[in-house]
Amino acid sequence: MMRRPTLSTLPTVLAAGFAFLYLPIVIMAAFSFNESRLVTVWAGFSTRWYGELFGNVRMLESAGLSFAVAMLAASLSTTIGTLAGYVLGRFGRFPGRAVFALLLLAPMVLPEVILGLAMLMAFSTLDSLVGWPAERGFLAIAFAHACYGTAFVAVIVEARLRGIDPALEEAARDLGAKPWRAFVRVTLPLLAPAVAAGWLLAFTLSLDDLVVASFVSGPGATTLPMLVYASVRLGLSPQINALATVMVVCIACLAWVASRIGAARSKA
Amino acid sequence: MNRAVFILPAFAWLLAAIALPFALIVAISFGEATQGAPPFDWSFSLANYRLLLSDDLYWGALANAARIAGTSTLICLLVGYPMALAIVRARPQRRALLLFLVMLPFWTSFLIRVYAWMGLLRPTGFVNAALAEFGLIDAPLQLIANEFAVHLGIVYAYLPFMVLPLYATLEKLDASLLEAAHDLGVGPLRAFWRVTFPLSLPGVAAGALLVFIPASGEFVIPDLLGGPNSPMIGRVLWFEFFQNRDWPMACALATALAALLAVPLLLFDRLRSATR
Repeated sequence: MMRRPTLSTLPTVLAAGFAFLYLPIVIMAAFSFNESRLVTVWAGFSTRWYGELFGNVRMLESAGLSFAVAMLAASLSTTIGTLAGYVLGRFGRFPGRAVFALLLLAPMVLPEVILGLAMLMAFSTLDSLVGWPAERGFLAIAFAHACYGTAFVAVIVEARLRGIDPALEEAARDLGAKPWRAFVRVTLPLLAPAVAAGWLLAFTLSLDDLVVASFVSGPGATTLPMLVYASVRLGLSPQINALATVMVVCIACLAWVASRIGAARSKA
Repeated sequence: MNRAVFILPAFAWLLAAIALPFALIVAISFGEATQGAPPFDWSFSLANYRLLLSDDLYWGALANAARIAGTSTLICLLVGYPMALAIVRARPQRRALLLFLVMLPFWTSFLIRVYAWMGLLRPTGFVNAALAEFGLIDAPLQLIANEFAVHLGIVYAYLPFMVLPLYATLEKLDASLLEAAHDLGVGPLRAFWRVTFPLSLPGVAAGALLVFIPASGEFVIPDLLGGPNSPMIGRVLWFEFFQNRDWPMACALATALAALLAVPLLLFDRLRSATR
């Protein structure tokens, strides 16, 4: 094979880049096993912070709420996002397409403070009109998360659609299947890996969100990131290091599953 | 046409869940803060915008946000470009793993990644302790609660958004172009500047916008890593809402920020539909 012209320093730069991305997390995780309360002085190996973490009732309650919110938000996002991605990927030009694409894309890039404020204004107006959602708890937070999770799912689904031959759906319709039936029986199974990856992404985005949830939630609902933020503002604590380590490990596993789903698709 | 079965529900959702809330922000930004619940009324006045234009706090915060997001975007590009190039030129079997390693931090909690830097940068933190251990410093360096830390945090948090679109464009480049340049006796550096870089400009633009737009309204990073001296607009908006409980003013700030971001956002939208 011909030697391609390369810049020989590139692998070094890449290694330095990965060190930059991963070292802070590794150091943080290491100090979660520190015996000392001082987060930066090593005093021997211990798992006591993990013990305290799993005995912290408020933390567990918040984790439960965040988990439930993320499940609902991801499912809503996936349903609507798949539909929207299909519309963008298959329907070519239709009246209002530019507006459609912009509305879909905007929540993905716009700053979270704008998004959170917009969601709260909508809920607050709705509340004064019909008396719901007065509490702004579980449902309201999940709905707000679905508003931007939808965008990410739609983008993933649209990208996968480009790799699927439209002739397959056309064949189904030529054989007399109604568009909806062709979508459910032919397109959706082909899209399944993208839909699953989209669900996982919407799930982690919801689990991770601080800003939108802070704006939207009423006084009764505290998600896990909100609790973490409140305690981080008071100072570093080894318990937060332990919690962060647990979350990083869980999310790394989820991301790995999502990437395996993607890899299975590309081999098929 | 049967397509309406798909388009109408999706469009209805977007109008109700995205367009309507944004319209409400604009409408409420003309209102006035009250003591009631919700703490505003539906009046119409330009008072909030007059205050926004006359008060240095708001103007300065918008300018700071644009400046800090701009510099951070540039640093992201300088760090992310060689990384994307290195992944493209890596052996094909290894590329999937390298891409996964770039993606993974994006999946990992944003808040936790910022928190990790707090532990590193504090006066008694890991970096200062390590420098003191090696005898490089006598007194701890002030590494946190300043603009340096904010830049670092933004580059750290948004680097994957730069690398991924760059990788997507660089991957599509025809290797034979570089081989042709090589056969014509052009050195690798010159070939990079004359061939690779110009052809990767769409990726550069996409990556830059994906970093700049969200970073300009960032709240968590300036709040946890930044100092009091150069507030960014996202943080000012947050305090206007949570501390002052002035919803209409917060809405006016959000409207102003969204209006300023409309240009890069439309540019990004255009770029996205052009590269299809």
